[in-house]
Amino acid sequence: MIEVKDLHKSFGEAHILKGISTTFEKGHTNLIIGQSGSGKTVFIKCLLGLFDYESGSISYDGKIFSQLSEDQKRDLRSKIGMVFQGSALFDSMTIAQNVMFPLQMFTKMSKSEMEDRADFVLKRVNLADAHQKMPSEASGGMQKRVAIARAIVNNPQYLFCDEPNSGLDPKTAIVIDNLIQEITDEYQITTVINSHDMNSVMEIGEKIVFLKNGFKEWEGSKDTIFKTDNEAVTDFVYSSNLFKKVRRMYLEENQ
Amino acid sequence: MTYLHHIGAYFLMIAEMFRKPTKWSVMRTLILKDINDLINSSLGIIAFISFFVGGVITIQTALNISNPLIPKYLVGFATRQSVVLEFAPTFTSIIMAGKVGSFITSSIGTMRVTEQIDALEVMGINSINYLVFPKVIALLFYPFAIAIGMFLGILGGMAACIYGGYSSVPDYILGLQTDFDSFHVFYSFIKTFIFAFVLATIPSYHGYFMKGGALEVGKASTTSFVWTSVAIILLNYISTDLMLG
Repeated sequence: MIEVKDLHKSFGEAHILKGISTTFEKGHTNLIIGQSGSGKTVFIKCLLGLFDYESGSISYDGKIFSQLSEDQKRDLRSKIGMVFQGSALFDSMTIAQNVMFPLQMFTKMSKSEMEDRADFVLKRVNLADAHQKMPSEASGGMQKRVAIARAIVNNPQYLFCDEPNSGLDPKTAIVIDNLIQEITDEYQITTVINSHDMNSVMEIGEKIVFLKNGFKEWEGSKDTIFKTDNEAVTDFVYSSNLFKKVRRMYLEENQ
Repeated sequence: MTYLHHIGAYFLMIAEMFRKPTKWSVMRTLILKDINDLINSSLGIIAFISFFVGGVITIQTALNISNPLIPKYLVGFATRQSVVLEFAPTFTSIIMAGKVGSFITSSIGTMRVTEQIDALEVMGINSINYLVFPKVIALLFYPFAIAIGMFLGILGGMAACIYGGYSSVPDYILGLQTDFDSFHVFYSFIKTFIFAFVLATIPSYHGYFMKGGALEVGKASTTSFVWTSVAIILLNYISTDLMLG
């Protein structure tokens, strides 16, 4: 479980995060949504310790991140899997080497054990035949799946995904969403996803945190988001006519 | 103040480079890869430049000796001193600041832009140790490249004597042997180790701490070349004054 209390973060004069408090439960898919510039990426980078923050606290299973030593922080990070927006695969390594990288760094597995494990997770993300390809030879969807495989290969306790569906077609995006959901359920990971994609919100949002101008404007789930009367949320989530119609139909059916 | 900030951040980066070392099995692979990328791939250009500059030094020296009282072996002597003391260690390092330095800055800078460094940090890896330390170790082999440069520079001078007729080979060889001081070679290699450290760390600093996109990677490469060259020139002056002055 990740607990955030009254988190404040500024860049110079710009106050980006203004007292955010929330909890991300283990085994749940937690989504952070909000407009561009609302502070989502800064929030997720604070959670990961890539950005320092002025005040507030972030705790991982009761351990307050800022109170950990550098070595303890690095140990904690070895239990974190991260899927970056641009995948962030290492260009100089093949797909299999990318996936095996966390195992090389943090385990004492033999080469054949690492290959078996990489093979297993690559099959898990439906990339059984891509081992020897370089990242530059893979499509955007494949790169995202490799990034997910790399993130889960060492059985992380926490999985973070920054815009996992950006640049993907709707069908591939649903495949990625379902994959993240399955992995979260199967391994009981605390998953935090930063997303713009309303399909993801409706599909896998077991908990949704809506940020606006650095504040936590609303939090709920994919079920309660249909019923909310928070104008900022409805304006953002139901900005397209399609979603407006879906919401109207849902409310009519449930009256 | 900005300069002081950069100097401070540079030394902090060097201190960080020695903390939380990367697993040896991984580090070994990185070092071998960097030896190939930074040293092996530079040997061709070092050999080419050294050979022809050695030849040019011989020609220039021979053409500027008009006084018949000056012995002919001075051509070999001047070529040896120029190549061993300055050309091979210092000016080759300036050229390497362009070749190796730009490679280091742009490769690390691209990793920064594409969030690969963030990926390392999130995994709990000391990214400075992972990226910079293997380059420092790989460049410990730089003096070997410089030794090849020295040899080929002197050989280039001899080739100019043979094919251009600027001096006889026995005179040239006599010049190479005259007043030879092994301390000059030692001094030259000490400088080379210092320059190797600068070549590995200043471009790494500019790549690692760059901000922005592809355009900024190009700017960082240029800035890194300028500052690496400035550092090499200043350290050359200081080391020469301390060791030969």
